Amino acid sequence: MGSTLSEKVWERHVVRRAPGEPDLLYVDLHLVHEVTSPQAFEGLRLAKRRVRRPELTLATMDHNVPTNDQPAEEISARQIEAMARNAREFGIRCYPTGDPNQGIVHVISPQLGLTQPGMTIVCGDSHTSTHGALGALAWGIGTSEIEHVLATQTIAQTKPGTMAVIVEGVLGADCGAKDVILGIIARIGTAGGTGKVIEYRGAAIRALSMEGRLTICNMSIEAGARAGMVAPDEVTFAWLEGRPFAPKGVRWQQALDDWRALATDADARFDSEVAIDASLLRPYVTWGTNPAQSVTIDGDVPDPDALPAATRESARRALRYQDLTPGTPMREISVDAVFIGSCSNARLEDLRSAAEVVRGRHVRSGIRGLVVPGSMGVKADAEREGLDRIFTDAGFEWRDAGCSMCLGMNPDILRPGERCASTSNRNFEGRQGPGGRTHLVSPAVAAATAIAGHFALPSDLR
Amino acid sequence: MEPVRRIVGRALPLARADVDTDQIIPSQWLKRLERTGYGPGLFEAWRKDPAFVLNDPRYDGAVVLLAGANFGCGSSREHAVWALLDAGFRAVIAPRLADIFRSNALRNGLVPVETDADTVAKLVDTVRRDPTTSIAIDVERSTVEAPGLRATFALDEFSRTRLLEGLDDIAVTLRHERDIGAFEAKRPEWLPRVR
Repeated sequence: MGSTLSEKVWERHVVRRAPGEPDLLYVDLHLVHEVTSPQAFEGLRLAKRRVRRPELTLATMDHNVPTNDQPAEEISARQIEAMARNAREFGIRCYPTGDPNQGIVHVISPQLGLTQPGMTIVCGDSHTSTHGALGALAWGIGTSEIEHVLATQTIAQTKPGTMAVIVEGVLGADCGAKDVILGIIARIGTAGGTGKVIEYRGAAIRALSMEGRLTICNMSIEAGARAGMVAPDEVTFAWLEGRPFAPKGVRWQQALDDWRALATDADARFDSEVAIDASLLRPYVTWGTNPAQSVTIDGDVPDPDALPAATRESARRALRYQDLTPGTPMREISVDAVFIGSCSNARLEDLRSAAEVVRGRHVRSGIRGLVVPGSMGVKADAEREGLDRIFTDAGFEWRDAGCSMCLGMNPDILRPGERCASTSNRNFEGRQGPGGRTHLVSPAVAAATAIAGHFALPSDLR
Repeated sequence: MEPVRRIVGRALPLARADVDTDQIIPSQWLKRLERTGYGPGLFEAWRKDPAFVLNDPRYDGAVVLLAGANFGCGSSREHAVWALLDAGFRAVIAPRLADIFRSNALRNGLVPVETDADTVAKLVDTVRRDPTTSIAIDVERSTVEAPGLRATFALDEFSRTRLLEGLDDIAVTLRHERDIGAFEAKRPEWLPRVR
């Protein structure tokens, strides 16, 4: 029997295998940011340990950084300074705030060509699954594991199961990658992928750009999965070729030959399979406080009594928190803020898609609109195309790169009770600020919602 | 890490599904540089509700958290485990824990007890009826016991040994430094280096 993509990458990285123990895997790239790493570096210092392979480690600052021209608050500044100091002390390259390469860790690594097919990549952030879009096996780890990877360049892991999510057919005109992944999560649930690596397969996945695949793999963790992956193909190779850290010359050819052998074998078996018809998907809007609590934009806020028994209590709690009434059409729900950003949807294609909707229009009076590019590189690319002017002319704020309002660590937060259409990945209670109410949507729906003042499709706008 | 063999004490019946790590410890607490001091942030938003179970004095001193399915989902923040430990919890019992949370728990000696939903529901009932009920978790035998109830939970050999002996993971791995070096010598040359 053949092997799946994730099994192949796994097997290539086994440093040591012993009965009754997890495999010891080699880590090809360790991404580090300011929020989850300080205690790991402190642990190294206390044990007088060094970073084994600084050249396979990259640090940046994203979670906590201001995205406007204001200085960081004192406590955030201390964390930012600690990142710079730790990088210096342990010999790690760091792209700090103000650096043209700074940005959200999961945006900059693919953009620089550091994320490549067949690699193992870890980071102290659950959205590390993003990098699977290029055929890497990438997953989020905790601070103790960060310390372990820094010291040993390896990680001990039990082998995950395999799951195929097969999306066939052609996506509707209003739909994008965000709607595909929200549709998948609505189907398999927040724990549907627990203990497994999801491989996204099928014609609708192959037809997506690299940006779209990054959006899908990004939210694998929202289905509970350890990681998400897409087999490398011509889209992947075209994305990588010529990027700063991509192989060059004869090495590029060697790498290509190697990468082409990574795809799941025809006779490989997955532990489970789910089939989804892309032509039946519609733009999704979440109504609740977990990413599986969603309906299509044509739908209404559900009645908890009509939901499966096991989900009713959680739906009731969610509706109370979100202050929503069952039966309300999603299009009648108005918002106070629109956030276009995050490692889910702040790449150039996302910004183009939103800009196309808002061009020549204006954000509805009373709505705060925020566009936060995923990296300073994305910001520069967008400005070359004049996207910044389109957004600012429409009344959006155009910011510097960072995680920003996705997780509300910096001053970009919702006020209690405010409702936000957000292109981010988590609608948890208080995620965007205490008492804030989040609805996850695609960049196109976020943009149309900012103009209409309530949830809307671009095609709803006159 | 301190060795953990047996945990005996009261339990707090949280019993909610899909509790994410943003609820366990909100992101504002993640600005700290230390591993300790997160206790006051545990369930910070929910604690503002006087009816929230953590505010119920009958459960003061609980060492076991009775959680719902998919507890600890979302962010990878180990601060969620640190906050639970700081607040006195030593084990979390749930029908299923999120992967990263479970892994973080094991690395800090917070015992992750995944057992069937029926057992968890019975424990919740028992504890709600009598908050003084003592629950015993035995790591060596992988058992949970309460009056009139005995269940087992899944714990692989490696994790069990690590808990029982309080092993330093890094020291364990560094015993295999020769294997790591041998692997490194064979890595393809095209793989990226950051500097």
